[in-house]
Formats: sequence, structure tokens, C-alpha cells
Amino acid sequence: MSDVPILLEMRSITKEFPGVKALSDVNLVVRAGEIHAICGENGAGKSTLMKVLSGVYPYGTYDGQIIYQGAETRFSDIRASENAGIVIIHQELALIPGMSIAENIFLGNEPRKRGAIDWTAANRMALDLMARVGLEEDPDTLIKDIGVGKQQLVEIAKAFAKDVKLLILDEPTAALNEADSRHLLDLLRGFRSRGITSIMISHKLNEIEAIADQITILRDGRTVETLDVRADGVDEDRIVRGMVGRELSSRFPDHTPKIGEVFFEVRDWNVRHPISAERQVCKNESFVVRRGEIVGFAGLMGAGRTELAMSVFGRSYGVYESGTIIKDGKEIVLKSVADAIDHGLAYVSEDRKAIGLNLLDDIKSSTVAAKLSKISHRGVLDEVEEYKAAEAYRKELRTKAPTVDESVSKLSGGNQQKVVLAKWMFTDPDLLILDEPTRGIDVGAKYEIYGIIQRLADQGKGVVVISSELPELIGLCDRIYTVFEGAITGEIARADATPENLMKQMTSTKKMLTR
Amino acid sequence: MSRLKDLQKNLFGGTTSNARQFGMIFTLVAIVVLFQFLTDGLTLRSDNLIALFQQNSYILILAIGMLMVIVAGHIDLSVGSVAAFAGILVAKSMSDWSLPWPVAILFGLAIGAIIGAWQGFWVAYIGVPAFIVTLAGMLLFRGGNQYIGNANTIPVPEGFREIGSGFLPEFGPNTGYNNATLLLGLAAAVAVVWREIQARKTRRAMDADPAPMWISILRMAIMVGVIAFASLRFASGRVGTSFPISGIILLVLVIAYSFYTRNTAGGRHIYAVGGNSRAAELSGVKLKRVNFFVMMNMSVLAALAGMIFVARSAASGPQDGNGWELDAIAAVFIGGAAVSGGIGTISGSIVGGLVMAVLNNGLQLMGVGTDRVQIIKGLVLLLAVAIDVYNKKQGRFSIIGSLMRPFRRDDSAPPASPPNAEREPAKAAVSG
Repeated sequence: MSDVPILLEMRSITKEFPGVKALSDVNLVVRAGEIHAICGENGAGKSTLMKVLSGVYPYGTYDGQIIYQGAETRFSDIRASENAGIVIIHQELALIPGMSIAENIFLGNEPRKRGAIDWTAANRMALDLMARVGLEEDPDTLIKDIGVGKQQLVEIAKAFAKDVKLLILDEPTAALNEADSRHLLDLLRGFRSRGITSIMISHKLNEIEAIADQITILRDGRTVETLDVRADGVDEDRIVRGMVGRELSSRFPDHTPKIGEVFFEVRDWNVRHPISAERQVCKNESFVVRRGEIVGFAGLMGAGRTELAMSVFGRSYGVYESGTIIKDGKEIVLKSVADAIDHGLAYVSEDRKAIGLNLLDDIKSSTVAAKLSKISHRGVLDEVEEYKAAEAYRKELRTKAPTVDESVSKLSGGNQQKVVLAKWMFTDPDLLILDEPTRGIDVGAKYEIYGIIQRLADQGKGVVVISSELPELIGLCDRIYTVFEGAITGEIARADATPENLMKQMTSTKKMLTR
Repeated sequence: MSRLKDLQKNLFGGTTSNARQFGMIFTLVAIVVLFQFLTDGLTLRSDNLIALFQQNSYILILAIGMLMVIVAGHIDLSVGSVAAFAGILVAKSMSDWSLPWPVAILFGLAIGAIIGAWQGFWVAYIGVPAFIVTLAGMLLFRGGNQYIGNANTIPVPEGFREIGSGFLPEFGPNTGYNNATLLLGLAAAVAVVWREIQARKTRRAMDADPAPMWISILRMAIMVGVIAFASLRFASGRVGTSFPISGIILLVLVIAYSFYTRNTAGGRHIYAVGGNSRAAELSGVKLKRVNFFVMMNMSVLAALAGMIFVARSAASGPQDGNGWELDAIAAVFIGGAAVSGGIGTISGSIVGGLVMAVLNNGLQLMGVGTDRVQIIKGLVLLLAVAIDVYNKKQGRFSIIGSLMRPFRRDDSAPPASPPNAEREPAKAAVSG
């Protein structure tokens, strides 16, 4: 690779925030036409580095040099870097849901004719750009009416509209299902063959291994190493070693399950969509959970796993139609979230920032938020008990924060997830439903979260894990249900679980459950 | 040097919200001192202080309710009209149906509750934005006031006027001061000391070091000093005047609502709803009930404010409460509440309201016309919130940051937080 010209070089970049060095002396060399992955745990400085590169932190707020296309550049803002052909696509997509695909692609960059927007040209150009990213939709379709995978493609098309030379993708596949992820990765390969350079930040090491040419690993704001994937024979374990600075012998803690009798059962669960009542999101679904058991729910995005979980959790999603919940041999009716909490259910949502946490809160009040009655006497909160409870969970879960007075918005994803777990452990649940519990969390923190889940099961609680990562389900769960289009299509014991047979049942309407 | 840092950190508590409040109190003191100087001592004279409280107690009562509405993520534009509507009905109930005045007050509160239930229903159960519901309410109840009163004024009886223009009674030996006011001051001073002791106990129970003793003492000394000064001033006014009854009502409400918002589950639910309503709902908070409650509570307080105003002006009229909503909203935002909800305190809003009140009063004493007073108030509101927004963007603590900067010699230290508390999270905040 060394004969290929260097497109971008970032030399000894140092970026300080009040009281902390986010980046110190970081070097990055990206050659033209390669896919360059940047790996590192949460907090390693990946996003900060990309913000320096794209001008979010303008020249002068950091030390070091950026050499781009052979000359030193000093971007004053994002526009400046975009004009130079550097486009960053953030994890949280920056699209406007109520606008059409074409409108979004040309937002801020509208083709004009005599001052007015030339929509004929815009639509024609949009179709051309959409073809380049393999998006087959009417450019007049609204963003909110297409799936996340297609939205991601719109973002990339938007980048092409700006004549991109260096495409930066921050966690591009985090919210995508397997098929969409594969499509995206194929797309990146296609770009490479046409000479477009990409930088990709991802936690999904298998994807990085499959697609990247070079990998730069950051740890604690420093460059650890840059690996040449083919020449160095890099595999996932090698990347993990660089990221955490030690060998991670297993991705899952050792665990011998202690499974008891069935204590929670959902029978013939039927729920309709909250807005379009003709759509049935849960079709006659039944499942059981035993004490001490970790039960997985596998399915493609949109299969209705979250909808099932939330509708069971106090009807917090959709319109309940029929079905019963049996706990400890007695039928229970959960009409509200408060009912569900009182009956010992807990639901850790898939999107912790949007619906899991109040980001204005500190760790302390977040921890007790779902069961204030536990720290109050006759309706009056006891601050000391609140502090002690929060502090106990901080220690138990090893949440990294100086004190429990810290705002949760300042924590990394893994630590935020620990706060959410603490919040639900605090309610003393019998059944925990964890929806994508490790999404957007780095390898080290994942391992810790798995350990917490196993400990909860060992305390005799039932744990339901919904996950889009099949290896996670196979590694963690004692039993896995597969869900397809709102129906449970299979039940697979741990011993029989392989990605292949899970995938088969996750994508088939054939009902294999006969119970 | 380290003592100075200790002082900054601890004088009014170490947390962000307390730092904000400190900034506000600082601003208030600065404005009072400024006007005391500009008006040749008129501002802090007994009769002016008494008038200041009487003229602003109803706005401050509205600010309490408005704070809760805004924290929950809503707004209420109808409070002035609701106050006027309740005021005229109460006045009519006494003049036409000859209700005894204590019953009339209960009647007024009930009217507030019914109006609040009406508005809360639309906001919480139908999901109409509060801005629209209360904009409609603003028209509805203003019209209602003028319809019922035929756009005339209706006088109210003597006893009723007490809640707006009454004072603490005279009793006991002749000390040259109003004894009741002195006792009130004494009680307040005791309360301040007791709270400080409790706060130190709580800190210790949380395994945290309480602020250094000398800071606790300094803080208590300042507050007791202010209380002593204020009670002497209020107790030494013209004969027959002392601390106003409306001030007492305000004081009781401030204490009760501060306690409710800070120390009870119900209060915390309001912050949870404003911070992230979906997350609150999934934590078992009954969203609709909370929204209904804050809207209803606002109208009850608006009715109370309306009655106090009517009592003070001895009659209910068609223009009562015009523009109150804006004063109340301004007080809440100057007091540090977030426009998007979830952040704000009762005490902050009260201080914010007092800033506006002192400004208003001082400018009037200086003979500045209402035209220019409005211009200045508008600019102050904009500036106060702008400084806050700017400082937040800079990652500094709100108003205190900017106010304390000239006093800070060691620029590397963050203003109100120990440096070690900053390190970890700041790193996480910028992480990938």
C-alpha cells in the first residue's frame, strides 16, 4: 500500500477540553482509495478526532497539523471541510423526517435557476445520486416513510451531492439489520473501486475485519497502532487486544445457568398498531420464562420484538386486543407501566437516550426514578437513602463516574447503560426485559453488561434479551425465540442455536412452534 | 487563594443549580444596591419595600405555578385572564349574592380549579398544545370577565381587602417596631440556621465532606443579616403598616411548593416529564395526570393572584391582569428555567421575579416613564437568557460563570466544581 499517495495526514493532533486531554499526539495517515477503520473503546477519542478533521472544532482550538491532498488545511467550520470534499455522516442521522428524499439530499445545496429552486433538476439529479447508492425509491417519498437502512443511503447520496472525496462514517451500521448492513458494506466496497476514500468508525469488529484495508486503533486519546489488515493478518482478537490493551480471552463470562420452573407466561398475545388499526403487530404470540433463565428474542429489525416487549410492559405500545399474562401461576392484568413495575416487571428500552433516560438528571435521581416510593416516607423523598442506593449500584456495577451527582449526559454509552440497568434493578424486578442492551457499547463494557445479566439470572430472576446481534444471543441465552413479522416462529435451545438456523427461522413465516 | 475557591464552591452549595441561583441572587443584590444608590436611598425605605411586595406578590404567586408549567414543558398564556375572570366572579359573589368573604375566597379557588381542569383536560387528555389551549383561554376568560362585569368595575368589601392590602397586626409591648414582623423575622432566622445544620447532617450521611465550618457560618451570617435588616425595615414603616398579608401568603406558597417540587415524588415527576416525557412514562410516571395537575394548579394560583389583586385595588375591573402572563413567564426564565422544560426552581423564579420587580420599581422611583421601563425590561429578559445560553454553549456554569470571572484570579479552575469532578465525565462527553 505504501506506494499509494497519501490523501490525508493528521499529525500529532492534541485537543484539550477544560480539565481533560481528549486527544494527545494522535497521528492518522489515510491513503487515497482505501477504507480506513478507526477503532477504540468509548471515550478513546474517535469522534473527537473526526470532529477536528471535519471542522466542528475549528483550526486554532486544537494543536497539530492536518495535511489534506498535499497541503496543510485549516478548516474554520464544517462548510469549509465539505467544500474540500470531506463529508461526515454521523451516527444520528441529520435528515428532516417531514421532507422528501430529494429535498433532504439538496438541503442547503439546492440547485437554483434564477434564484428559485429548480425542482425538475433537483429530482433528476437526486435520481442519479440515488442510483449511485443503490436506493430505489421515488425522490418525492418522505424520509419518515422509509426505513433506517434507506435513510442511511440518503445520507450518503447527500454526501455525493457535495462531491465527496473523503467519506467519514460514524457507526454506519449501528442501527441497521443484517441485510441493510451487508448492502452498505457492499456499497463501500463499490466506492473503493471507484477511488473514493472512506473512514469508518465502528464497534462491529467483524465488519471492520471484512471491509477495512487499514485500521488505526485509539486508546485513551492516543494512537496505539495502525494495522494493515491483509499484510498483518488482522482478525477480531487482534483488534480487541489493541483496543483494550490486553487479551480478552472470551467475549462472554463463564456461566452455569441455574434454571428453575416456569414463572412467567404470555399467552396468545394480540396487539394492533397504535395508528393504523388494521395492522396487527403481535399475532397470537406465546412465550414462557423460567426463573434463572436468560431467554433471547431474535428477529430482523421491524419483526415486532420491541413492540411485543413494550405491549407486555403495561401496554406501553400499541392497542391491546387479547391475550393473558400469567405470573407465578396467577393471571395478572397490566394496564399501565406503574402496574407492570408493581408486578415486578422491568423494561430496559433499546434507545437509552431517547426513551431510557432523562439526560437532564444526575446518576442519583436516575437510579431511583422508576421506584420513588422505595426512598420516600409518606410521599417525602429521603435524599440520604437516594444517595446510598445510587452509590451502592455505582459500586456494584462499576459505573465510571466521580460521584453519583454526575449528570448522566456526561457518561459514555456503556456507563449510561449501567445507570439504566441500576434504575431497573432498583425496582426489584422478577422479570427483566432488556432491549438491545449492548447497542453502541464497546467490547469491554459489553463483557461487563453480560456479567451483570448473568448475575441477575443467578439471583432467580427471569431475563429476556432482545438483540439484533446473533452471536450475542447465542453466547448469552439459554433459549431463543425467533420472531418474524409479529409472530413467534421458533424456539431454539442453546445447544442447537447457530446463526444459520436462527436466521432461517427469523426469515420464515412458517410456524414451527407447536405448543 | 484556596479559601476563595472554597467560598465560590460552597457559599450557596456546590451543584449547578445552586450555582445558577447564586448568580441570580448576586444579580438581585447588585440591582438593589445600584438603585439604592441611584434613588438616593429610596429603594430600601420601609414604605417602598412594603409597596414593592404588595405590588408584586401576585406576579410572584403566578411565577410559582408558571415554573411548574414550564418545567413540565408547557406554557400558560391565560393566567392574566383567568385571574381577572376569577376576580370578577368573586367580587360579584360578594356584592350580588352577599357571600361572606372567606366563603368567597374558597369560591374563587374553586373557580380556578374548574378552569384549570378545563385547560388541563385539553392539554393532557386530548393532547392540544398548551400554547393553543391557553391562548384560547386568554380570549375566553378575558371575554368572560367583561361579559359578567359588563366591562364595569365591581367593588369588594372591607374584610376581603385584607388579603391584598392588609398587614400583620400590632400586639404586645410598644417596642417602636411591629412585633409580629419581628417575630416572623426571628422565626425565619431560626429556620435558616436549622436548615444549615440539617444540610450539614445530610452531607455527612452521604459520606461527603460538608462545606468548611467557616463557610457555613458565613453563609448563615449573611442570610440572618439580610433577614434582620428586612424585618427591621418592614417593622418600622408608617404606623399601621408592617409585613403585608399578601407577602405572608406568598411566603407560605413558596415554602410549600419548594418542598413539593424538591422533596416529593410528585414534584420529581414534573421534572421527569419535562426532561424526557417518554422516558418518564416508561418509568411508571402517569404522564396525563402530571400534565393535568400542572395546568390545573396554575389556574388555581392564577385565581388566587386575581383575588389578591382585586383586594388590593378594592374592586374588580375589566383590565385586571393584563400582561401578567408575560411578567410571570419572564420571571421564570430570568430565574434560570429551560425553555425546553425539565430545568428550573421555585426559588430561582422568585428571585427572577424580584429582579424584574426591583428594576420596575427603581426605574419608576427615578421618574423613568413606562415606555422606557418596558424597553429596559425587554432588554434585561433577553440579556439574562442570552448570557445563560452563551455560557452553556461555552460549557460554563450559567450566569455565575460570567459574574464570577472578574473575581477569579486562577483561570484554570472551573468556577463552581472541583477539578477532579470534571475530568472523567468531560472525557466521556467527547467520546466516540
